[in-house]
Amino acid sequence: MTRIVIVGAGPAGIAAADALSAAPVEVTLIDEAARPGGQLYRSPAPGLKLDMSRLLGSSHGAYAAFHDKAAGLCRRLDYRPGTLVWSIHGGAVHLASASGAAALPYDALILATGATDRIMPAPGWTLPGVFTLGGAQALLKDQGVAIGRRVVFCGSSPLLYLAASQYLRMGVKVAAVIDSTPFAAKLRALPDMARAPATLAAGLRAMAELRLGGVPIHQGARIERFEGEERLAAVQCRAGAGQLVRIACDAAAYGHGLRPEAQLAELAGCELRYDPVQRLHLPVIDGDGRAGERLYIAGDGGHIGGGQAASLSGALAAAALLDDLGLPASDVDRAGSRRSLARLRGFPNGIAAAFRWPREQVVALADDTILCRCENIRVGEVRAALRQPMASPDANRIKAVSRCGMGRCQGRFCGPALAELVGAGHAGELDRLRAQAPIKPLPIALAGEAAP
Amino acid sequence: MGSPLLLRIASFETKQVRFTCDGRPIAARQGESLLAALLSAGDHLRRHEGNGEPRAGFCLMGACQDCWVWIGPDRRARACTTPVADGLQVSTIPPAPAGFA
Ligand SMILES: Cc1cc2nc3c(=O)[nH]c(=O)nc-3n(C[C@H](O)[C@H](O)[C@H](O)COP(=O)(O)OP(=O)(O)OC[C@H]3O[C@@H](n4cnc5c(N)ncnc54)[C@H](O)[C@@H]3O)c2cc1C
Ligand code: FES
Repeated sequence: MTRIVIVGAGPAGIAAADALSAAPVEVTLIDEAARPGGQLYRSPAPGLKLDMSRLLGSSHGAYAAFHDKAAGLCRRLDYRPGTLVWSIHGGAVHLASASGAAALPYDALILATGATDRIMPAPGWTLPGVFTLGGAQALLKDQGVAIGRRVVFCGSSPLLYLAASQYLRMGVKVAAVIDSTPFAAKLRALPDMARAPATLAAGLRAMAELRLGGVPIHQGARIERFEGEERLAAVQCRAGAGQLVRIACDAAAYGHGLRPEAQLAELAGCELRYDPVQRLHLPVIDGDGRAGERLYIAGDGGHIGGGQAASLSGALAAAALLDDLGLPASDVDRAGSRRSLARLRGFPNGIAAAFRWPREQVVALADDTILCRCENIRVGEVRAALRQPMASPDANRIKAVSRCGMGRCQGRFCGPALAELVGAGHAGELDRLRAQAPIKPLPIALAGEAAP
Repeated sequence: MGSPLLLRIASFETKQVRFTCDGRPIAARQGESLLAALLSAGDHLRRHEGNGEPRAGFCLMGACQDCWVWIGPDRRARACTTPVADGLQVSTIPPAPAGFA
């Protein structure tokens, strides 16, 4: 029978699996995490008494419905939790799990690998207590712990207010929200944002909740420094009017929106193209998620769009796959889903304007700021590499010379800022680091066994 | 180790698990991640190999590899995605000689 491999059991992967459930295909669903859910629907570890309905508020219904459906699907399918896809080559996904390494050939592949936070390095960002915004949510949902006792939420992202309001709801002190995008920019983006009224309403609700809870909200304030000796003690930001504001805290959740986890897409042969609005390289896909020969991409891994867009795109990718293989069509409402998806993904300018990536900050970073936290490479070392005579200073050459991006995160967290530094803060097209297998370090025991 | 970095807001109703970190006994609950257990007992996970600065993980979802610890003589693990287990011997410095893959 035709074997379909789906990587990722978040909203996109589960929607794809669901749309394939009646088709004459064998589906293998792989996720590195122990339980289905992805980021949005991440669930508490077994035995953890966490009140998810309080944490999620009005979105708890969607969470519960997702997990009902996912539990049924995962029982029926070949579901492999705790399994990392570390490479794709030779028509097979290459797996690593507690039981060892394996290669699994596929007839068609759906990648639903999601996204991670995009980070602008700042002085002190490696201090204990500074975590990604996504991480702050993940730890709360998965483990029932908050990243600290007095938490600052900072950066700029639709998730900023959402995450802060979830912490507040769970009784954690939110010391402040520092949004680097000015309020005026948000207002200007409002007509665009109104095209996704549910998302906009959720954001406004979260903001209102925070205001009601007495949480100070600073908009248009630039993050200057994470201050502390052995751990975080305060976040310093420069308010719109220019004065320095210091907020005492013991933890900070930090992020500038999301960037797709597109390494597997690249290894599978999908073209990545620079997107001038998001200033990121994104997989080139058609409206249904076709990304190449027998290759489909759904959810945030292809196009950052939130949970609803992820589900719609998962179902559409599955339907496209069945069409392309000449198999009986699924009952996905293609026209309706395409319309909704186009609406949800149709305002990248609005998102980019309302939650701005502060690219000019890279240029202003002091030489001693750590850019690559894996190898402790500082901004000055990258600048020195850029001054060396070079035919064309591209990000991969600078990586080879400076070692920035060579560390074990493979440039996931320094990559966007490195690209800006190489681009010298210009508005023009950026370069990017190429993906390499294994896309994450393998357990040493497997590294020999799984040599590419 | 300093005072705990993290704040527990919901408890595990699971059995107690005991393990050690750099020889120090730590009690946790089954289902907890190593990161949650270690940062509920202290304020960092490890020191950077380069300059000795403390680190406590960053992404908390298996992407940044900032939370690496060692288990037993030869197992490297991400503290954020590895559950605690009875009798684990965790060390925050690589047991010599270290083989990095
Ligand atoms: C922490 C976080 C919180 C968020 N909260 C919200 C929210 O509250 N509301 C909202 O609308 N949006 C939220 N978002 C945006 C969110 O990404 C999307 O809404 C939604 O989760 C995207 O779904 P997805 O299926 O595309 O990817 P995800 O939900 O991210 O799922 C991807 C899955 O793929 C797996 N995976 C990735 N690579 C591999 C690999 N190599 N091998 C094996 N498995 C792999 C991951 O483990 C993960 O489970 C959040 C994002 C993050 C990062
Ligand atoms: S904290 Fe990033 S991988 Fe564990």
